[in-house]
Amino acid sequence: MSAPTTPAINGGKPERKVPPTSVRGAAMRGVVARPGQEAVEVKGWLRAHKWLLLRRASQLGVLALFLVGPWLGWWIVKGNLSSSLTLGVLPLTDPFLIAQQFAAGQWPYREALLGGGIVLAFYVLLGGRLFCSWVCPVNLVTDAAAWLRRRLGLKGGKAPAANTRYWMLGFVLVIAVATGSLAWEWVNPVSMFHRGLIFGFGLAWGIVGGIFFYDLLIAPRGWCGHLCPQGAFYALLGRASVLKVSADKRSACNDCMDCFAVCPEPQVIRPALKSVGQDHPLILDADCTTCGRCVDVCGKDVFRITTRFNRSES
Amino acid sequence: MSKQLDKTERSGTSVPPSRRRFLKESAGVAGGAGLLALGVGMYAKQASALPATAIRPPGALPEAEFLAACVRCGLCVRDCPYNTLKLAELGDSVATGTPYFEARKIPCEMCEDIPCVVACPTGALDRALTDIEQSRMGLAVLIDQENCLNFLGLRCDVCYRVCPVIDKAITLERMHNPRSDRHAMLLPTVHSEHCTGCGKCEQACVLPGESAIKVLPIKLAQGSKAEHYLRGWEEKEAAGQSLIGDQIELPVRGLEDKAYGDTRVRPGEAPSRVPDYVPAAPGGLDSGWKP
Repeated sequence: MSAPTTPAINGGKPERKVPPTSVRGAAMRGVVARPGQEAVEVKGWLRAHKWLLLRRASQLGVLALFLVGPWLGWWIVKGNLSSSLTLGVLPLTDPFLIAQQFAAGQWPYREALLGGGIVLAFYVLLGGRLFCSWVCPVNLVTDAAAWLRRRLGLKGGKAPAANTRYWMLGFVLVIAVATGSLAWEWVNPVSMFHRGLIFGFGLAWGIVGGIFFYDLLIAPRGWCGHLCPQGAFYALLGRASVLKVSADKRSACNDCMDCFAVCPEPQVIRPALKSVGQDHPLILDADCTTCGRCVDVCGKDVFRITTRFNRSES
Repeated sequence: MSKQLDKTERSGTSVPPSRRRFLKESAGVAGGAGLLALGVGMYAKQASALPATAIRPPGALPEAEFLAACVRCGLCVRDCPYNTLKLAELGDSVATGTPYFEARKIPCEMCEDIPCVVACPTGALDRALTDIEQSRMGLAVLIDQENCLNFLGLRCDVCYRVCPVIDKAITLERMHNPRSDRHAMLLPTVHSEHCTGCGKCEQACVLPGESAIKVLPIKLAQGSKAEHYLRGWEEKEAAGQSLIGDQIELPVRGLEDKAYGDTRVRPGEAPSRVPDYVPAAPGGLDSGWKP
């Protein structure tokens, strides 16, 4: 099992071979890491990108549903992620906006409340930040920035504290109260990007570009992982949701660090993978977006997506 | 025992720095986020001043409430059959993502079923509006009397003809043309009681660039009513009689055989001497003219 050339990494436990392309292996050799390379070799490219592909399909599929109307005249969904009407019957509204409306002192019509309730129930039950990783179009931008950052081997940067987003969420509601309007929606890059794709951009490209370069050059995972108040809102919604990632084969972990490198919220992995402050292998932190990228890139198949009731370990 | 002591001692020394760090970090974060929020709030306040040429859809709540209610979903835009409405983009001077239209480009066609209002899920467009003629998107104002063709004495009348509430919202008021002194001017006149602010007049105005008649926000277009000033003729109508009794009408000397206000001069009635009044240069309303 152990190779004499690799240094011991986990104390008294039997040594494990660290894949040379992994984050840890590359760091030892002083080259740019290719996280997930080992998984591709072991599982094949398709299986090593399963959740990523499903997620991109979901993100682009949602976008396509909104775009076939204005582009081709097939009106399946009208509106945008802020509020929409599907097939002329199903109203869906972003509960983040309804929360802001309440803060601004406005009571919306039944359609918006019903639509907001449906969306709220979905994310409360299944997983709050599923919105971030499976629906939100800004994720495409910040994932691209994170990918480029890894490929260019950019290190360092200064990200604000991860709980800044909860402060932001508080202030979004406070300025809604103070101005009596949906003040955040003037600048909210999330709704602005989606609306721009469907209704036209104006200068909104500047904000999207700003987020890309902020994530790429200044703060790794800066927007989605540290600042976005909408993500914070959905994280709060999903505190008791069902779908969770479990590190149920954590005994097979070879400390290659690839999951940490690709995870948009790397702080959520440690408690489950390394039993820090908890016994079970479930990632219960609400900041986890359940994107499943850790499942993909792990050559040892440590992770899988399961429910919060499944605390078993294999 | 000594171990326990050690522990408490260690925790006793280790807690304050972490608390200090926590306080420092949260203060920094709160300060930064507060600054950002302040910026956003100020930007929002500043941008909430709607430019005069941007008109909200029918049934829109007053601007301040509208900005609290509209979620910028664009469902009203989608259900507008004439592509009148559009969502403001970042950089337009209208609040980002909110619906508006520019009357000079595409005016509101005043659909009877008001689909934009029906589509709004939040009530930013008030469903209490069921009769489109009751909507008040703005108020048309004949703003340029120097270039309006009717004011020049021509019979353009286009704004009057296209008005969906013709003869109520816009009427043609006949006036003497002092420049030619023998023609009439038919002046398009807007009545706020009936004007919906649809903007068809503004769009149709034949002037090549800017129109002479424009739909403006009511706040810009209209003064507030002088409540302290009682209009005698209205009081008279309400009371059924004059409140100060009948007035004596004094005869006008030298004009006994003429109707009141008739200033026409019959042949042979020419004034004995040429008046020293010289008409001003022609064009537009002559300020020297008196009825």
